[in-house]
Amino acid sequence: MTGMAANISTRSLRIWQRNRDVYFVTWKTNLFPPLLEPVLYLLAFGAGIGALVQTVPYRGQEIGYTAFIAPGLLATQVMFQAFFETTYNTFVRMYYQKTFDAMMATPLSVEDVMTGELLWGATKGSIGCTLMMLAVSFFGLLSYPTVLVILPFSFLAGLFFAALGLCFTALVPQIDAFNFPTFLLIMPMFLFSGTFFPLDVLPRWAQMLAEVLPLTHVADVMREAALGHLPADLWWDVLYLAVTTVPLSLVGISLMKRRLVK
Amino acid sequence: MSQVIEARSLVKSYGTLVAVDGIEFSVRPGECFGFLGPNGAGKTTTVKMIYCASPLTSGELTVFGMDVRRSPRLIKARIGVCQQDDSLDPDFSVLKNLTVFGRYFGLEASVAEPRARDLLEFMGLWERRSARIRELSGGLKRRLVIARALINNPDLLILDEPTTGLDPQSRHQVWDRVRELRRQGKTILLTTHYMDEAQSLCDRLLIMDRGKVLVEGRPTELVRERVGREVVEVWGFPPDLVEHARSSGWTYEADTSRLFVYTDTGDEVYRSIAGRFQVERCTVRMAGLEDLFLKLTGRELRE
Repeated sequence: MTGMAANISTRSLRIWQRNRDVYFVTWKTNLFPPLLEPVLYLLAFGAGIGALVQTVPYRGQEIGYTAFIAPGLLATQVMFQAFFETTYNTFVRMYYQKTFDAMMATPLSVEDVMTGELLWGATKGSIGCTLMMLAVSFFGLLSYPTVLVILPFSFLAGLFFAALGLCFTALVPQIDAFNFPTFLLIMPMFLFSGTFFPLDVLPRWAQMLAEVLPLTHVADVMREAALGHLPADLWWDVLYLAVTTVPLSLVGISLMKRRLVK
Repeated sequence: MSQVIEARSLVKSYGTLVAVDGIEFSVRPGECFGFLGPNGAGKTTTVKMIYCASPLTSGELTVFGMDVRRSPRLIKARIGVCQQDDSLDPDFSVLKNLTVFGRYFGLEASVAEPRARDLLEFMGLWERRSARIRELSGGLKRRLVIARALINNPDLLILDEPTTGLDPQSRHQVWDRVRELRRQGKTILLTTHYMDEAQSLCDRLLIMDRGKVLVEGRPTELVRERVGREVVEVWGFPPDLVEHARSSGWTYEADTSRLFVYTDTGDEVYRSIAGRFQVERCTVRMAGLEDLFLKLTGRELRE
């Protein structure tokens, strides 16, 4: 592990730059989903379900249902953007475009390349989150300026899900196999991490299970920030992500190295 | 300057499969050195070890006098590699493919951009600089990959089967550019299974099969020493001709339909066959690398 860390250099930013440049070339297809997605959700949940459920109890007070789910959407956006970047997109670069093979014939190390992929995955999470915040702001559901805390936090959360994605990319035999982590891990998190309903309504054991899910912590921080308060117990959520992201990244990088260097 | 590449007892194995089995060779500055061999001979595996993408199992390998295990970054900074698989960035233009690649070598845009222009002109691609990769033919793509491999102005250019899958016109264009690079003094390492390619480009070459080096030397000398000056090729021969070849002490080889006689005196052999035996066709031609290659690696199909 120490030898691996020594192979990570600032050159990884070259990979980040490459992915950023591709993102700008293909901006039309990249830009509109994070802008449109929350509008669709807020309309469906706000006008549809919201007509039945006007408010939900949250930390001892009643808040509007759309105000409750809006930060949940931001959290899931970070997860989806980062996770799908380092799964499907990284796999396409690795397997179909042979991008990493070409990079490995330059002074870049495999560790640089993978670190660049992780940083870019986290950046995609932040970009998606930022665009979505713009859209959600029009509904008046975010409390400025406190909500801006989400921006740096989304990068950390993005890094976690990017690292998680990279681990699967190193292991799947074919691109179709991403269905397994997507439907066994990502979709359950999407639905059961306090994103669409408060976790208090669940039985005690399910609540404890949800507490383990990383998205629960991301959604917690985003909701508090969106509502304009930053209680002291948030450090626990940030610590959880920081502490898990580092080893997860190193595992992802080393698994990718095992796959690529033969 | 000492050797550009030096390999001693180089071994690479994957589990029980030994892909490269204790080979030795060296590449001198300014020469075009060829790796010739059938599919699965170990050519690409060897090349990957040279550009530090694949760790050695055992043995010694130095490039520019540096150990590949200790200084991969320094070595890779001075090498340009044209890999077999197309690894161009489909989302970028022709020009952008080069400048982005330049960044991997730490080149500033002020250096990479004029150099990219020079290289595209050199490879005859400047007119297509704004084209997308999917608009390019196979030949243009390969030329672009070679241009990309030159973006760091490497001291060693590695071409792994640079013309596989190209049409004859594109192959000749690639050869012409490789010859020009060699004339400019660039050290080139080339792998191929095309004999004409090796014969026309390589100063020296080695023939590999099943992970081992069979011969190494200058192509014309190797053919001269190992095969002879000429080859008499006989189609549709009677069985007693083989007997005749044996009793005459010829060096020959036969498959189901053809007999090959390797000789320095083709005319004599031709006369002694044409006068006495009923054959479909009999020709005398200059011996080439292909004769040497097939003689050494056998005629049976691979893979």
